[in-house]
Order: sequence, then C-alpha cells, then structure tokens
Amino acid sequence: MLTDIIKIDLEFDVWECLERVNDPELDEPLTDMGFIERIEVIDGHHVEVGFRLPTYWCSPNFAFLMAFGIRREVERLRWVRSIHVELSDHCFGDEVNEGVNSGRAFSAVFAEYCDGADLAEVVATFEAKAFDRRQEAVLLDLHRRGFSAEQIVSMTMAEFDDIDLRDADAIKQKPRYRELLLSCGLAEDPGDLSFPTWEGQKIAAGLLPQHFERLRGVRINMEFNGAMCRGLAATRYKEVEIGPDGPTLVDFIAGRVPPQEGARAHH
Amino acid sequence: MFKTKDGKEIFVLDGHTHFWDGSPENQSNVHGKQFIDCFYAYHTNLSPPEHLWEKARFEKYSEDDIYRDLFIDGPDDMAIIQTTVLRDFYKQGFSSIERSASMANRHPERFIVNGSFDPRDGEKALEQIHYMKEEFDIQGVKIYTAEWHGASKGFALNDPDAYKCFELCDKLGIKNIHVHKGPTIIPLSKDAFDVHDVDHAATDFQNLNWIIEHCGLPRLDDFCWIAVQETNVYGGLAVALPFIHARPRYFAEVLAELLFWVGEDNLLFGSDYAIWTPRWLVEKFWDFQIPEDIAQERGVQLTDEIKEKILGLNAARLYGIDVDAKKKQLSNAPVQIAAE
Repeated sequence: MLTDIIKIDLEFDVWECLERVNDPELDEPLTDMGFIERIEVIDGHHVEVGFRLPTYWCSPNFAFLMAFGIRREVERLRWVRSIHVELSDHCFGDEVNEGVNSGRAFSAVFAEYCDGADLAEVVATFEAKAFDRRQEAVLLDLHRRGFSAEQIVSMTMAEFDDIDLRDADAIKQKPRYRELLLSCGLAEDPGDLSFPTWEGQKIAAGLLPQHFERLRGVRINMEFNGAMCRGLAATRYKEVEIGPDGPTLVDFIAGRVPPQEGARAHH
Repeated sequence: MFKTKDGKEIFVLDGHTHFWDGSPENQSNVHGKQFIDCFYAYHTNLSPPEHLWEKARFEKYSEDDIYRDLFIDGPDDMAIIQTTVLRDFYKQGFSSIERSASMANRHPERFIVNGSFDPRDGEKALEQIHYMKEEFDIQGVKIYTAEWHGASKGFALNDPDAYKCFELCDKLGIKNIHVHKGPTIIPLSKDAFDVHDVDHAATDFQNLNWIIEHCGLPRLDDFCWIAVQETNVYGGLAVALPFIHARPRYFAEVLAELLFWVGEDNLLFGSDYAIWTPRWLVEKFWDFQIPEDIAQERGVQLTDEIKEKILGLNAARLYGIDVDAKKKQLSNAPVQIAAE
C-alpha cells in the first residue's frame, strides 16, 4: 500500500537523521551503538523513538543529552509535527522522559535537576576527548606515511583538504575531525593550522611524540568503553541455560525488545 | 597456587572478590534487581562460554562455592573479600562484613576481609570504622562512591566527611583504601565517573594506599595521569582483565598503558569474583604476551617477573604478607575438598 511505503520511507529518514546524534562519551552515533530500538511514524507527521542504553546505571546526564539530541535532530525534518522519545529501563528514565517530552528547552529541564547548574563543563570535557580521538586517527595515518613532525604541525587546512588518507579509521574520522574544527572555531580559513591543540595552540614539532602519547590514552579508553558498551547492550537481557552441551546464552525475553524494523530497512 | 607449565609455583593473591547475596529475597527494590542484573551482564558479556553461570547461582552462591572456585578449582592462594553494603538496595546488605567474615572464618589463613563505610553517616561512620577494626581487625576498606543513600546518589573522596574517615583509618592503621568509582549520579552537572577526587585524596593522605579498582575505567586515561604523579596510587585489574579472552588486543593496549603510566609495582590482580572466576583469568594471563607492535610503540614488556608481581607480590606487600612464610603455612594446610 502507498501509505505503508511512505511510512517506511519516513522511518528511514528518521534513522538517517539519528546518525547525527552521538553518545557523548564514546563519540559514536547512537544508531551504530544499537541504542535506538524503535522508530515509528504515525499519520505521516508524528514520530515515536524508543531507545535503551547498555545498563540501567549509564550516566543520566548523558542520557539527557542523547534524548534531547534525538528530539533536536528529528524536529529538523520538514514533515515532523510532533515527537515522543522514550528511554526504557534506566535509573533516571522517568525524569529523562518527562523532560524531553515536556516541550521545554534542554537547559531549563536540566537546570531543574541540579540547582540551576548546567552541563557545559562536562560537554566541553567530552568534546575535547572526541576532538583528540578524531585528530589522532588522522595524525597516525600521516605519521605512518612518513610525514615529518614539522610537516604535520604546520599543515594548513588547504593542505589537509587535499590529502587522501589510507587507513579506514582515518578516512572515517577525517570529515568528523574537520567538522569539529570548524564548529568549535579552531579553524576557519584555508591558511589556518589543521592540527592545533584543543586549546587552539600550535603543537611544537619536538613535542609531537608527547602529544601522541596523550591522544593514545584517550583513544584506548574510548575504544575499550565502546567495546564494553556494545557487549553489555548485547547481553543485557540474556540469561544462561545449562544444557547437555554445557552453558548457552539464551534470550529469555524474546519479544520483549521490539524488532528494529527501521534498522532492517536501513541496512 | 598456580603452577606454570615448567613447574614454577606462582603465589596468587586475588585482590578483589566478593561474597554477596543479590538474590530476589534480599533485594529491597528494583534498584537491587538492576544492580545484580548489571553485574550479571558483565559476567555473560566477558566470560568464556564454558564458565557461564545460571542466574540463580550468580545471585547467591554458597560458602562451599566460593572456597571451591577460588582455591580448589581456582589458583588463588589468598583472596581479599570486599564489603559492599548498598543498604538502600538490599535488606541485609549486598555483601556485609559480618556475612563475609563468618564465611572467611572457616579458612582464616586464606582470606583478608575488608570493611566499608559511608562517610555521609558522619559520626556513625567513625564508629563503624572503630567497630570494624576492633571486631575484625581490618587492614583495608572498600569505598563505593556511587552508593545511593536517601536523596544522595553518591559522594566524592575529597568530601570533608570522607576526609575525617580517612584520618581515622590512618590513625588506626587501616592502610589500604580500595576505591570503586561507580557512576556518582548527583550532581548531574558533573561527570559521573570523574576520578579527580582520587588525586586530591592520595595527595592529602600519603600514608594510605589508594587502590583504584577497574583502573578508573571508564576513565582510564584520566586515571593514568593521576597514577603517574602519585606513588601511593595503585590500579586493580578487575574488569579490564576479562577482555583477555573476548578482546585480547584491547586488553594488551590497556595493559601497555597501565605498565607505562602506573608501573609494574602498582598493579594488582583481581578476579572480581563472582563476576568472573580466577582460574581462566590467571591461566590466560600467564600465557599472555603483549603483541610486539604494541609493546614496541609503548616501550613496555610483560615478563614472567612482572606477571608474578601483578598476580600476588604487589598485593602481598600492601597487606604485609610474608610470601615464603605464607606458602609454607598453606602447604601444611592444603585445600580441603569436601566429600561429595
């Protein structure tokens, strides 16, 4: 039926727009992490999004950021008139759901839960880590291809834009790194440095090894956490059954987690 | 006792174990259920399939189970039992010192029982510390910074009330402060897993040893920066170590970071029993090599000597255990296998 086709198309639109919402801690899209569980478009203009995090105890402030990120991106779609976001099985789920669906601004909702304080400091901390992570992926590729420390620290945005990278992670991170450079005002013109520090300083060529050392730690922590979150999300509702061939992991609540219709259409 | 393939005997002191009761009968509310469910997800996520447990056994295991898993089937010589109360989640506490001590009393030569306190209790926390010293002669405590208590959803190590407790610990000779940085939810405007309070506390209490369980994960990078500056900060390997099976390369990268920043003398093995059992962890760790490219990039190595320190000698130093004397004592009292 025509309406079914339209519905699937609109739901695909929603999946696509949610690729722009990141887990702030992991710097990965919620869609890649498998956190988005349900997307439904009703009557061609109302959107329902259900999401779930790997554990009941995942940081509530990040849950707030993700819920409002979902709302922000979905509301940008021209055809959307209303949206309902639902976070399931989370220690702050009621507060997050009430807040994100109240129609009020993020700052107002969030301030209510912490005596007027905001999340600026935490957001900046994790934006800095995301910046380091993205920068390192590109830097490592250049370093491995034999670019000298001096060439790297002096590289302009114009040169950066002309470079073809080889490593898959570097290719994936290059546009994401560029986007962050621009959105944070760290580079604007073609002549600006493409590899400043998060504080906007030029890296001294002699200190590049130490710079690498620090970025490495950020990446390893982030990758470890990403692997942990993926694993926990995968086993969260599973239990062990001991059969004749030993233990197996069984989904005892098959059907409880709704199928990801949109995800299937998407991939 | 762990015996290597060429017959060498390695002393194993398991730095992080529990004797908990997370069963539905002991849960006070949904948070209690979600707490043990979350532990169970860690267990099912990272255990090799042949070491998976059914949910009911995981929720509550017996005194015989823990003894068998650690010392008969497992290679531990000794184990540190940590106390985690979670009084708002569990009727009789998740793992109270009384229950753990009563279990440990059957084999006192093998267990070190640590206490716990909640600095938000003020004077009562100080009384609790006196009580645990007198009653159980504790040498260490475990602090869970994310414990919910009434409206409070966690605390920091450098809160003034916490400092009063650490002063008393120092005075009474309770030298080892194990810290589990869980998600300290309130204030919401701060990073829930922030580890910087460790830096303050470790600087202000130089006499105390600060053993940060899970090496500050999910804030390993921040933890490494702190540990490199503070000689009295240690990293417990629980949670990182099980990656040795599921994601060995990630584990190698994490371990290389830890050896580089924290150092071979400041890392402690911990199984986190009953989330994981020690046998497969120790076997895999002994056979483990950091891949050449990672070792070279980081300039670290993992020798047998370093493994021995991590598996037991470092913790023995913190708890004043004479390893040779202990080995002799244990060989005179071999593990007792209950008649089945």
